[in-house]
Amino acid sequence: MEFLRPVTWADALAAKAGQPDALPIQGGTDVMVEINFDVHRPPALLDLNPVRELAEVETLPDGTLRVGAGVPYVRLINELGDRLPGLAQASRTVGSPQIRNRGTVGGNLGAASPAGDSHPPLLASDAVIEAESSARGTRLIPAVDFYKGVKRNALEPDELIRAIRIAPASGPQYFSKIGTRNAMVIAVCSFAIALHPDERRVGTGVGSAAPTPRRATAAEEFLSAELDWDARGPLSVSVAQRFGELVKEAAAPIDDVRGTADYRKHALSVMARRTLTWAWNDHRATREEAS
Amino acid sequence: MRVNVTVNGSQEAVDDVWEGESLLYVLRERMGLPGSKNACEQGECGSCTVYLDGTPVCSCLVAAGQVEGREVRTVEGLATAGRRDAAGDTAGRAAAGHDELDPVQQAFLEAGAVQCGFCTPGLIVQSHDLIERNPEPSDAEIREALAGNLCRCTGYEKILDAVRLAAKRKASAE
Ligand SMILES: Cc1cc2nc3c(=O)[nH]c(=O)nc-3n(C[C@H](O)[C@H](O)[C@H](O)COP(=O)(O)OP(=O)(O)OC[C@H]3O[C@@H](n4cnc5c(N)ncnc54)[C@H](O)[C@@H]3O)c2cc1C
Ligand code: FES
Ligand code: FES
Repeated sequence: MEFLRPVTWADALAAKAGQPDALPIQGGTDVMVEINFDVHRPPALLDLNPVRELAEVETLPDGTLRVGAGVPYVRLINELGDRLPGLAQASRTVGSPQIRNRGTVGGNLGAASPAGDSHPPLLASDAVIEAESSARGTRLIPAVDFYKGVKRNALEPDELIRAIRIAPASGPQYFSKIGTRNAMVIAVCSFAIALHPDERRVGTGVGSAAPTPRRATAAEEFLSAELDWDARGPLSVSVAQRFGELVKEAAAPIDDVRGTADYRKHALSVMARRTLTWAWNDHRATREEAS
Repeated sequence: MRVNVTVNGSQEAVDDVWEGESLLYVLRERMGLPGSKNACEQGECGSCTVYLDGTPVCSCLVAAGQVEGREVRTVEGLATAGRRDAAGDTAGRAAAGHDELDPVQQAFLEAGAVQCGFCTPGLIVQSHDLIERNPEPSDAEIREALAGNLCRCTGYEKILDAVRLAAKRKASAE
């Protein structure tokens, strides 16, 4: 096995182009498990830790945040929780403190597990994945087009993830996850919601309930049309219920060791209703504060 | 390959490292530092927790080459007498009295938080970090901080006692 240690982003791209079968390693929290158990023995490891750019967070001229692929969960929680509350909540449920000190969204996207916790909030807030290769430059891939199958993503062999581009929250965001403990849990299923009041639109993301993370598009359209955006009146029970049903219909789960398909569907409808209620109540409360 | 790394304050050059091996393996099998324990090799148990550049991580999930030029502090590096001298001698440990243990180690002993001891080094490093960052942790904060460290013996109550004791002592010492 070879161990490649590029120090700059340009060198990292050149290394990946020169050796497309080299496996990038950032936090190592997925990669090392596979190597320790001999599930996978790549011909080379491409260490991204020394690449400083990947640990940076910037604000682009249009206000969008550009979060480096190597920013660990602990920093998303501590530094970006105010601007990216959905992603920060999801980050807080990942593994344990030691895992959150090392694990990254870039790695979560690289692994592309349907149960990855960053995916639902990325979908709900229309995040864009910034991929790059030395041959073709930057490619912006909307999260919704990034997940291609179980543990498969849209990256080309010579591409690396440079950053995640994501707008700061314009309204309340929530993430909810089912598991047997409050830590160290692979989601049985998970759900994220983001209200975008300025666009009168709702975003969603469903995790661990289909071969890939996905949006519940029909549920989003229904809710965007039904919510009382102007007067911010109370949420009607029937709207919340219908939203839960549509989220459930968007899922295509399987039975596995963590839960049955039926349970997952039921749990999704409950999480959808609950997170919507929290989000809408927050939205109403900001009006009351303003008046 | 060769890996250059500072471990517990001393600069080391470790040779013949396999590119796919973990920092935990390097520490235990190549450097003779068996404090960090190997129980799961998949990040689940926390018994291999060490500081990497001041941040607690599971050393079983760090590739050896990733620590090139960086600083590692293991449980052996917490007690004053456990620090390796320039010649790499760890014998000083045997002569270490209780007085020279880190206050967190001392609290674990006194609170009866150690049974078989397998989980202890990882818990001590993780608790050490918690108290550094948050000198007066609430019970909920202690539980969250230690959520990635498994213990099969104690039932955790005495471990919580030990962390509370260490935090209290630290607060009154300051
Ligand atoms: C004990 C334990 C608990 C866990 N709990 C959770 C959990 O609760 N929720 C969850 O979602 N995940 C969990 N995970 C999985 C893992 O921690 C996450 O997927 C994490 O986000 C991976 O990030 P990393 O930086 O460690 O990735 P790495 O292991 O370094 O890499 C993962 C994959 O991404 C690729 N990659 C990394 N960076 C890039 C890049 N810049 N460009 C292209 N490809 C790249 C790698 O080649 C590899 O295929 C857990 C893992 C462990 C060991
Ligand atoms: S051996 Fe590293 S976490 Fe268990
Ligand atoms: S004391 Fe035995 S595992 Fe904790």
